[in-house]
Amino acid sequence: MIDILLYILMGLSFLCFLRVIMGPSVADRMVAIDIFGILVVGICVFLAIKTQRLFLIDVAIAWILISFIGTITLAKYLTRKKLDE
Amino acid sequence: MNSISIILYIVGAAFDLFGCLGLLRLPDVYNRLQSATKSVTLGTCSILLGLFIQYGFSATGIKALIAIPLLFFTSTVAAHALIRGSYKAGIDLWDKTVVDHYKEQNK
Amino acid sequence: MKQITLFIIMFLLWMGFSFSLEVANIIAGIFAALLTTIIFSNRFLTSWQKFYNPLRYFWLIIYIVIFVWECIKANFDVAYRVLSPKMPIKPGIVKVHSSLKTDIARVILANSITMTPGTITVDIIDSDLYIHWIYVKSDDPEYYTKKIIGRFETLLKRIFE
Repeated sequence: MIDILLYILMGLSFLCFLRVIMGPSVADRMVAIDIFGILVVGICVFLAIKTQRLFLIDVAIAWILISFIGTITLAKYLTRKKLDE
Repeated sequence: MNSISIILYIVGAAFDLFGCLGLLRLPDVYNRLQSATKSVTLGTCSILLGLFIQYGFSATGIKALIAIPLLFFTSTVAAHALIRGSYKAGIDLWDKTVVDHYKEQNK
Repeated sequence: MKQITLFIIMFLLWMGFSFSLEVANIIAGIFAALLTTIIFSNRFLTSWQKFYNPLRYFWLIIYIVIFVWECIKANFDVAYRVLSPKMPIKPGIVKVHSSLKTDIARVILANSITMTPGTITVDIIDSDLYIHWIYVKSDDPEYYTKKIIGRFETLLKRIFE
């Protein structure tokens, strides 16, 4: 049961990478990376249940914070510069 | 494993699926953010709530419970920063957008 | 008093994250909370008295219940728009005037709007919120002001002001 959900979430992160490759503008790619950062939290939770290594929840919390800082930095970069692509 | 947490996991994965489909289907970056923030954040919050119900008031359960408001605040602020940044960078709205009151602030 | 409030909040957060009652852990938590208090106490928590008013916590619980219900509705709404083949979307950016005064209340209002049906806050300029709406139902300012922020504003006024 948990295995199937884990594979579904992994497939969804490949959909996010598809948007990273396709995305017409820089902002589309950033949105896809942001979504990928949230999906990884779910993957961490399912991995923790599957393998019974519960420290992966700490990894999930750290991932939330790091992905937040990364997204804020990229958004700041978008705000300052004119990007044409 | 109890059945409530299984249901919460399945609901969470389904909302993640809707969010990613929206990421692929919707026409421009603003609408993509709409589907992305709401569906994916609530889906992941539902998965974390399922973990809390499964483990109860142990170390893992409490950590999952703390992660929910953390994820909620960080993802909303990140979505807000991204949408403002992409407007300021001059990325156009979709052709069929009906109103834009924000334009007069950005002369 | 302001510093003590911030110290207690940070220490409780540390205990929640680490969740063990060893002596070394508690000492490390006290140092970390002390450092945070020294750095941030001047730019955070301008009005600490509000933390000791139990009525505000009561309204906060009601607010959370209403908010979770709105979140679930938002999800089904967005899922319907994504899954239906014709994609019934009509996006636009509207300007909404809010009557909240303090900064923290505005921030919570903007966060709540971001999580409710089809709306994202693009920017806040003084007391005007610019909101991207996935399906603009009408052009009447009173209608959409009531539709978007009417549910939260009165409760937020009771919680934060």
